Amino acid sequence: MIAAYDEMNGRGGCVRRVYAPLAQWLKEIPADVLDYRRREAELIFQRIGITFAVYGEKESQERLIPFDIIPRILSGSEWRLLEKGLTQRVRALNAFIRDVYGKREILRAGVVPQDLVFRNPAFRPEMSGLRIPHDIYVHIAGIDVVRVDADSFYVLEDNVRTPSGVSYMLENREIMMRLFPELFSRHRIAPVENYPDELLATLKSVSPYSASREPTVVLLTPGVFNSAYYEHTFLADKLGVELVEGRDLFVKDEIVYMRTTQGPRRVDVIYRRLDDDFLDPLTFRPDSSLGVPGLMSAYQAGNVTLANAVGTGIADDKAVYSFMPDIINFYMGEEPILKNVSTWRCREPEHLQYVLGRLEELVVKEVHGSGGYGMLVGPAETKAAIEQFSVKLKSAPANFIAQPTLALSTCPTCVDAGIAPRHVDLRPFVLIGKDRTCIVPGGLTRVALKQGSLVVNSSQGGGTKDTWVLDG
Amino acid sequence: MLSRTADNLYWLSRYIERAEYLARILDATQRLTALPLAYVGTSNEWESTVLTAGCAAGFYKVHKEATEDTVTDFLTFSSDNPSSIRFCLELARANARAVRTALTKEMWDAINGTWLELKRYGNGLSSREEFSRFLRWVQESSLRFDGSAYRTMLRNDAYWFSRLGVYVERADNTARILDVKYHLLLPDNERVGGALDYFQWSAILRSVSALTAYHWVYRDSVKPWLVADLLILREEMPRSLNSCYEAIMRNLDSIAGAYGRQGPAQRQAREIRNRLQNSRMDGIFQRGLHEFLGEFITDNNQLATAIAEQFLL
Repeated sequence: MIAAYDEMNGRGGCVRRVYAPLAQWLKEIPADVLDYRRREAELIFQRIGITFAVYGEKESQERLIPFDIIPRILSGSEWRLLEKGLTQRVRALNAFIRDVYGKREILRAGVVPQDLVFRNPAFRPEMSGLRIPHDIYVHIAGIDVVRVDADSFYVLEDNVRTPSGVSYMLENREIMMRLFPELFSRHRIAPVENYPDELLATLKSVSPYSASREPTVVLLTPGVFNSAYYEHTFLADKLGVELVEGRDLFVKDEIVYMRTTQGPRRVDVIYRRLDDDFLDPLTFRPDSSLGVPGLMSAYQAGNVTLANAVGTGIADDKAVYSFMPDIINFYMGEEPILKNVSTWRCREPEHLQYVLGRLEELVVKEVHGSGGYGMLVGPAETKAAIEQFSVKLKSAPANFIAQPTLALSTCPTCVDAGIAPRHVDLRPFVLIGKDRTCIVPGGLTRVALKQGSLVVNSSQGGGTKDTWVLDG
Repeated sequence: MLSRTADNLYWLSRYIERAEYLARILDATQRLTALPLAYVGTSNEWESTVLTAGCAAGFYKVHKEATEDTVTDFLTFSSDNPSSIRFCLELARANARAVRTALTKEMWDAINGTWLELKRYGNGLSSREEFSRFLRWVQESSLRFDGSAYRTMLRNDAYWFSRLGVYVERADNTARILDVKYHLLLPDNERVGGALDYFQWSAILRSVSALTAYHWVYRDSVKPWLVADLLILREEMPRSLNSCYEAIMRNLDSIAGAYGRQGPAQRQAREIRNRLQNSRMDGIFQRGLHEFLGEFITDNNQLATAIAEQFLL
């Protein structure tokens, strides 16, 4: 495996210009001060209660995601490239989903195989032929990007269902500003604090045509037991909208209402953090008590906007991901600006053959998987584990894709032994409304805290960093 | 605001208030049982504590006898008691977490800090010292929460609903403690019990933190009918029934004003408030203190139902 590209030191061991002030500051600050601030940050997180839940026992119900106090830095020009690439990609994703539930041109043209769409568990036949407000399906996207050298950014995953993590982007910045004012005075850092305003403007811009001039927006959460519940409360608070659960809403005459202390009040836009399956027990899982009976009828009548739309999960699929360069080309007539990791689809026999022969050097993922569960990082695994995985792979090849193991870039990170390079990725958040696209400069940087580890997911021991986009 | 949010705020306040009340009656009982029998009589104080806490039915399902050990455990940490101090604090925090956006940072800090601290106590208390520290801590936590709510919340419906929770619960608690001890408060009791009951009356006052207040209001030694007067009719006494209903009325009026309409909850509360305002202690004694308190507890519960039906469902 090739050595990783370090974002501070590049490949030559000489500090890159954009990191120079930070490198200088790290040299100046005494180790005990840094350590003290680190513990302070941890305390603040605990006090505010920024937690994520781990399903299971009572004691471990709420956990903190480790926060690393050394920021990750991107230059202005790097960011502009990312911004262009992300915008292009999310537009193409929207066009693809609209097409799949509409005219299906891309399927008829044979660019994407039909069965990959129609047999996909995330495909929602209920959405076929349905026109949704302003034709926008993905309003909020979290695109996972990794870097392998000075100017190569790859998209690793598209999250266009209910991407989470944006609260960490915002809280990390707040805490950094509180703990390191002197570091901020040495830099000019693009702000991220306008994200909630941009999100609200985005949501309001896509309200149904029948809504009043001042549409009512709500955030729909599965409830306190959801792992991202903290984020839901945080966002509702910043947006200044009600945080509702399914039982707070009801549908009458195809209009959605919420129960308030002053009686029913009409709801126009639902920013839902609840999966399709649970939205409406009358249409989807009948055993769901988290949803709102009849919600789909109101949606189909065009009386409410769901953000994101129902059925966007089709584009989250990792086998569909492998067609993204073609999808971008098909709808935009452009070459993709951000690269796609070359992907072997195990559903195709030749690909499977190839993958089985090279498991020890590949990363194998479930097509519908997320959270870093159920994946194999070949180079990091024992022979026995690989053997075991290959049995699973052979029994259901269509459920898996494989990719070369990328040498994710590293960033300086506080660890027990001092400061050391650790692998990172980046999840910028893209907002798409009526006639507006917005990407707040930065995003959530996730860092694999274990030495050598390439898995950054918080459920697998990953932490987060503040992400700075600088001038120039 | 969402009905569920109002409901959570209302119950959050009720649970905190209830936890504090339980801590206070335990504190008062502990003092009483530390006195020689000649001063307090031979009645089983722990038995009346269970009654005062309003959980006798649940208690006797798991325990045969009310002793210091069984009662303190049942009221503090027992998992058999759905309104033990521990459950009250846990439920308060669960309600708080469900409506975080409606709380101020200070309120969240107070309740979350209490909950984190509670976990340190584990499943029970190991010594008497720890026990009294625990009781003090519960009261301080409640004060901290109440104070942060009072000082930091916007004066809107969220605030009014959380105050309603405090006062509905407080009125219930005060009425209950009076009712359990009503026989000690009858005017002719002085002749019967004489100074023997002095410590019982003090204990009642102490459990609603009114001992000092009593002296300021009456400038007299503790007399049973004055204790009843203080806790039922005196408006300047913040735990008296009358004062609770003054506050309930004020908060319901604020809600009605903001929403532009009155409802059954307002009307019921006004009736109870009027009745209290028009009462005199001698009249209450003549009609029967026990009957009066029993009716009050029922009315107060009905008001709680009316509030729930009008706003919280």
